[in-house]
Amino acid sequence: MNALISAAKAEGQLNVIALPLNWANYGTIIKDFEAKYGIKVNQANPQGSSQDEVNAVKSEAGTSNAPDVLDIGMAVAWANTSLFAPYEVAEWSDIPADQKDASGLWYQDYGGYMSIGYDSSKYTVTSVSDLLQPAFKSAVALDGDPTEANAALNGVMLASLANGGSISNIAPGVSFFKELNSDGNFVPVTATAATIDNGTTPVVFDWDYLNSASVVNLPSWKVFVPSNAVLGGYYAQAITKTAPHPAAARLWEEYLYSATGQNLWLQGGARPVEMSAMQANGTLNQTYAAALPTVSGSPVTLDQSQAAAAASYLAANWSAAVGS
Amino acid sequence: MRRPLGGRLRISTTWLGAAPFLGYTGLFLALPTVLVVVGAFSGPHGPTLANLTQLSQPYVVSAFLNSLVLSAVSSGIGAVVGAILAYAVATGSPDGMMRRLVTALCGVLSQFGGVTLAFAFIATIGTEGFIVIWLQQHGITFYPNGVWLFSLTGLTLIYTYFQIPLMVIVFMPALDGIRPQWREATETLGGATWHYWRHVAGPLLLPAFLGAWLLLFANAFSAYATAAALLDIGGVIVPLQISRALSSEVGLDQASFAAALALGMVVVVAIITVLYARLQRRSARWLPR
Repeated sequence: MNALISAAKAEGQLNVIALPLNWANYGTIIKDFEAKYGIKVNQANPQGSSQDEVNAVKSEAGTSNAPDVLDIGMAVAWANTSLFAPYEVAEWSDIPADQKDASGLWYQDYGGYMSIGYDSSKYTVTSVSDLLQPAFKSAVALDGDPTEANAALNGVMLASLANGGSISNIAPGVSFFKELNSDGNFVPVTATAATIDNGTTPVVFDWDYLNSASVVNLPSWKVFVPSNAVLGGYYAQAITKTAPHPAAARLWEEYLYSATGQNLWLQGGARPVEMSAMQANGTLNQTYAAALPTVSGSPVTLDQSQAAAAASYLAANWSAAVGS
Repeated sequence: MRRPLGGRLRISTTWLGAAPFLGYTGLFLALPTVLVVVGAFSGPHGPTLANLTQLSQPYVVSAFLNSLVLSAVSSGIGAVVGAILAYAVATGSPDGMMRRLVTALCGVLSQFGGVTLAFAFIATIGTEGFIVIWLQQHGITFYPNGVWLFSLTGLTLIYTYFQIPLMVIVFMPALDGIRPQWREATETLGGATWHYWRHVAGPLLLPAFLGAWLLLFANAFSAYATAAALLDIGGVIVPLQISRALSSEVGLDQASFAAALALGMVVVVAIITVLYARLQRRSARWLPR
């Protein structure tokens, strides 16, 4: 570990990509890592998608700007393992077996449940079907286009689960948004911290940890996880083969999977992948854990083939459902 | 061309002057076009037509129709309103305050686009925009039938905002070329205002007007950032569909389909350019040589 730290310090820099500062506490995590090791973290394209991350790995390979580490959705992780360098962090055994690649090419990092965030000074949301009421005119938004963004695809899947669909059938979710759109309740704007602050998107389908982050600027913001549609999802870490700062990349992963890194994600409202192991060995921050939104019901998560089926249904039907 | 004296073959050096131009257009126009064409016909297992066949899917067709309507309407409004404004300014004093003010403003506003412009509209007439809120406080509902800002209608309005000043800028020089003596000549020969516009100014200005309209059309057709900042969900227009095909993180990324979409856009612009060239040749017959 000491050898890794000194090699990383000698490199002095780390290239990260597509990490919004208000996403799962990354702002604090980056600052803390920089302060702890004196390594400068270069951040590229903070609003980029997971696909933009691997596109950058390919197009910038061999330059000093190429990304060292990735934080990506599972669909992209499964499809691009040839770009990753295997690595196993010290706490490897604390990551549940079904949440990591056996050869260490990718390893899930944090996750959460799909939720509906809303401004409680204007609305009350107790079920997904509430959103079809006239009171929600021009109010309901997604975190991106579901044919493009993983969080938005899961948002449509949440609506599907709440409307008689299943983890392998997203069609009722598309019909729900079609109805939402024809009622004039859907806002075709990607929800961001800015659109939530300025009131353009007062009701947002997003991961609970992303929705939770909006409370900071908007105290009346509430996060609701419907009990008839508990949909989980995890992101994954990977080190790129072409990393210009290979030691810093590995140190970054060691830091993220240490109790410090895991608790910082937890502070950001995300559930770190080592949560149950940390609960058992007493390193989990109980204050942060208690602040997580309450979730009741049995969670489901998209697997590789279900995610692919949902995406191809969306490719053919989404634009027709909400396009003007 | 004159044959070189002495009959010996001499390599012409006149093209050297055009070299920077050729290099520039080669690098920034020809090369990207070639890459788009190659990309559109390439698949994972060699050349294919699969990307182009995908263009016939209903959602792609409707995105192209939306793009065409958006470009036609916003450039149409921009061309007509901009031409009238330019005419008003051009017939005024050439060194007047008004003219300097309008051209300076238009120069700035014609380049005011993208995220900042979308935000300006969201801040003024968005759901929580200050005009909307102010009217609300005075008992007036700005959007009685639902918010249309985040739709093609809203996008058309926003595009018009930079199309009109752009038209003023590009059309003004043509108007400046019209001499008052020509109007006097028409009147001397007994022509009325209608005759002047029909036989003199109209034919003279038409090619410039069409050229400017084409520029406005292409300007709207290819614009991406404003639309992306305003309504990036649903892939309503072609540039947004291209963005989806390039950066989908749910497994729908297809760089070659993005190239096919881009090729479709190139074809549309090519057709319009050819039509324009024909129209211009037709109207050029009226011009003195």
